[in-house]
Amino acid sequence: MFSLTDILSEALGLILTWDRDLSEIVMLSLRVTLTAVVISCLIGLPLGAMVGAFRFTGRGTVTVVLNALMGLPPVVVGLVVYLMLSASGPLGVLQLLYTPSAMIIAQTILVTPIIAALTKQVVEDLHDEYREQFASLGVGAFARMTALLWDARYSVLTVALAGFGRAVAEVGAVLIVGGNINHVTRVMTTTIALETSKGNLELALALGLLLLSIAVIVNALVMALRASAVRAAYA
Amino acid sequence: MRDMTLDMHTADSATAPALLACQGLSFDAGGKRLIDDLTLEIHPGRRTLVMGPNGAGKSMLLRLLHGLIAPTTGELLWQGRPLDRGARAAQAMVFQRPVMLRRSVLANLRFALTVRGITGAARAAKAAEALDMARLTDMARRPARVLSGGEQQRLALARALVGQPRLLFLDEPTSSLDPASTRAIEDLINAACQRGVSIVMVTHDLGQARRIGDDLIFLQDGKLAETGTLKNVLAAPKSAATRAWLEGRLYTAPAP
Repeated sequence: MFSLTDILSEALGLILTWDRDLSEIVMLSLRVTLTAVVISCLIGLPLGAMVGAFRFTGRGTVTVVLNALMGLPPVVVGLVVYLMLSASGPLGVLQLLYTPSAMIIAQTILVTPIIAALTKQVVEDLHDEYREQFASLGVGAFARMTALLWDARYSVLTVALAGFGRAVAEVGAVLIVGGNINHVTRVMTTTIALETSKGNLELALALGLLLLSIAVIVNALVMALRASAVRAAYA
Repeated sequence: MRDMTLDMHTADSATAPALLACQGLSFDAGGKRLIDDLTLEIHPGRRTLVMGPNGAGKSMLLRLLHGLIAPTTGELLWQGRPLDRGARAAQAMVFQRPVMLRRSVLANLRFALTVRGITGAARAAKAAEALDMARLTDMARRPARVLSGGEQQRLALARALVGQPRLLFLDEPTSSLDPASTRAIEDLINAACQRGVSIVMVTHDLGQARRIGDDLIFLQDGKLAETGTLKNVLAAPKSAATRAWLEGRLYTAPAP
């Protein structure tokens, strides 16, 4: 029989001693998530800025699709990526299944629509303010897009952090395409699920606490950034 | 209205071809005609004021002339030719509420120069010159959005002038400013005019009109009520709408 206090105490011990297995899992989680968020930003920021700043045929449809994709079920994304990367799938030759790369692909698919849809909203609001000034100055399409992204940089950073929060907490898709292989594809969320089912609650709780800490730090960062932006009158 | 083409230039500029002209310019929105068949000319080197009661279409006219909105009918001619991208680049506009980019004062000026293709040392020199002209050198590194209303409007004016436009549109640039800030803006406008920039400015301020205006376009209900040199119109207004406005009375158009 175990008590909650004992488990909590052991979990804190794992964190404070920075247990080797624990650190490996945390570092892989951060590597996979940060890579996916960076790729998602590279795709989602310009895509969102284009949809937010320009009027074109089909813009409404693109907006609806982006918004709908924000709610993509992770297990479905995991399944689709699995089918694509499996030996009999079209990308099977790449042999990426059950690797961190497969997890990055799945997370990128999940996070990109979030980044793009939120960026579109941010850029659209700012463009409403700048529209006539840009037209008067004769700002070209590319310069307009980059200027809007730059001037909305604090909001855009918030968007990226929202994407990070979504990715780091994801479990369904990475479990399917990563396989939760020890020392290879085991990340915080999949480990929590596995270790809880095995009764190894100390490690699960330690990872849970770290995951919560990351969520708190991310939110604190967002608030601090916004506050500093308002102080500097850039927001 | 076509017979009401402006005759507001002085003897010096009478023979000068129009810098900008519009012919039969109309604009409809929401099923209503907001600008109604305007034909007029803007001559180089002049400070042309657009006046009239609220809702007369003054700001709309500026946006049409600057090409920010497309007319429903009519055409714009820049030195006798249809208004194109090159002609647009020779114009600039300052809005009633200045739009400040979320950057420093200096970065606002740099941006305007960069979009005009001016970079490097030339950009730095022109930006410094513009800061000095607008008396904002000490504030170069400050975020533009923390400046006072008068400082923001000076920056907006400097940003518009930094691209060396030939024609500058000003939409009530001093409407919310105190007398000292208003005078600072007027000084900048006069200095720009002395450097050859033609001005088209909306204002409600008769005192300001007398201080800086050369010519006047008076609008009533989207129509051209009267045009001419400011001095002549103020001395002897020909239209009932202009007379009513100058006397501070509400004007009601006679029933058709």
